[in-house]
Amino acid sequence: MSELRELYQEVILDHNKNPRNFKKLDEHSHHANGHNPLCGDKLELFLEVEDDIIKEISFVGSGCAISTSSASLMTQFLKGKSIEDTKQYFEYFHDLVTGKQLSDDELEHLGKLAVFAGVQEFPARVKCASLSWHTLMNALDSTEQTAATE
Amino acid sequence: MFDVQKIRKDFPILQHEVQGKPLVYVDSAASTQKPQAVIDSISELYSKHYANIHRGVYYLSQKSTALYESSRETVKNFINARDAKEIVFVRGTTEGVNLVASSFLEPLLEVDDEILISEMEHHSNIIPWQLLAERKGAKLRIIPLLENGDLDLAKLPELLTSKTMIVAVTQMSNSLGTINDIATIIEQAHDKDIPVLIDGAQSIAHMPIDVQELDCDFFVFSGHKIYGPSGIGALYAKAEILESMVPYQGGGDMILNVSFEKTEYNEIPYKFEAGTPNISGAIGMAVALDYVSEIGISNIDRYEQDLLSYAVEQFGQIEGLRFIGTAALKGSIISFVLDGIHPHDVGTIMDMEGVSVRTGHHCTQPVMEFYNIPATTRISLAFYNTKAEIDQIAASIKKVKELMG
Ligand SMILES: Cc1ncc(COP(=O)(O)O)c(C=O)c1O
Repeated sequence: MSELRELYQEVILDHNKNPRNFKKLDEHSHHANGHNPLCGDKLELFLEVEDDIIKEISFVGSGCAISTSSASLMTQFLKGKSIEDTKQYFEYFHDLVTGKQLSDDELEHLGKLAVFAGVQEFPARVKCASLSWHTLMNALDSTEQTAATE
Repeated sequence: MFDVQKIRKDFPILQHEVQGKPLVYVDSAASTQKPQAVIDSISELYSKHYANIHRGVYYLSQKSTALYESSRETVKNFINARDAKEIVFVRGTTEGVNLVASSFLEPLLEVDDEILISEMEHHSNIIPWQLLAERKGAKLRIIPLLENGDLDLAKLPELLTSKTMIVAVTQMSNSLGTINDIATIIEQAHDKDIPVLIDGAQSIAHMPIDVQELDCDFFVFSGHKIYGPSGIGALYAKAEILESMVPYQGGGDMILNVSFEKTEYNEIPYKFEAGTPNISGAIGMAVALDYVSEIGISNIDRYEQDLLSYAVEQFGQIEGLRFIGTAALKGSIISFVLDGIHPHDVGTIMDMEGVSVRTGHHCTQPVMEFYNIPATTRISLAFYNTKAEIDQIAASIKKVKELMG
């Protein structure tokens, strides 16, 4: 049961029930769809980027608690961050959920996102946590394709 | 007498623990576990009798060939075909459908012809037809679902047109559990001289099958869904239809005479079995069918129906749980959704309680689309499951609700 509590922490449950930045952005510079065909998770991500800074970021879609809360926390976390830093955070986050060792410094960079460390114990759920991030990278590449988690 | 505790002892995997808890395996619609007899038959083959088949004049090859061919006889008897030559060994249901699409329908199909399937088909009984329809400019038409998970057979007369070249439907839905009235479908199709393929992937393990009584033209199933190995299955087709079909793959064993100018094909069913087949698979599958016959498929059916009623009663009491698929005639499959909780989260939490359930679209995305849900949690029961396990599952569903609040 303790691994489950690790996975489904209060923050995650809260963001699942009340996802933040859950809306479409009429004005946006970047946009992408993400889809996890295995479990049917779907999300649509919107970004307004100005001078290489994420001014606005939002999402809509439907998915499991892990994917919804991951998208919600990601949008909260990235608002105001630079594109360059964002790419670095993607790497850290990916390492975190796939169970690679992160330095204390790197962990600190991830802030609240560290709650997803519990995912590494559940290999089948890594894709759920990383769907929004893969979609983000696609949006930034501005390819209007649907991101598929590998 | 049906003694489930005795049966459970036949399945070594059921003695194991998962996540520190006794395994509750309720994903038998995806694949069934294997009895010791099947496991032993494969090891025995390789330890004592193995050689390639249909080739050598030496003892081992003769022995191996005899075992392989008697497996065909076992399949024939299990589904009551007229003749063993009507049984083609294939990789499974998927290959069986593909074989019929390529070797039977493709040469006959013309532009604007129609292939009739249903809204509840598994992807493996959709895509082979879709691919063929695209190649030939033909159309795929669909028997629609009703809200309770039955097919809307009232629409059948208008869907069976002068353009319909085949009807391909499942006897039992893998995501809803619905048992279809295939007798009616076959009768109406035959009235208009349209051949019918029955996908028996799910039904084979749960009810007696008599292809002569059904009078279906094709029947396909997979060994791994009836307690046998994976990578093996059977296609039944009426002999006169098999005779008329073109070969599927080319290779060894499917020929009588080969020269660079012309090849004379082997007789049925060998014409459709190119290359060295899954010898141990066929033998293992036959042992599985014998195992099921010994217990009695009707006894299995009765026991599973009793389990199903009990499970519906228990799960029905859980607040916020909605069944997907409530047809009157169902096999032992229960799909459900929980209010506000995604099936993927349900599956992870139940797994930690030792319960192996399937969550997702179950390779039936059109069914999910119909109910406007992304996925379901599916509990599929076999004759090795118990009421105590159902209690344990109900408790684990309650735990999901507790944890996800
Ligand atoms: C109704 C139905 N048809 C076809 C299949 C495909 O069977 P296989 O993957 O063994 O070829 C399945 C298996 O999930 C099924 O449930």
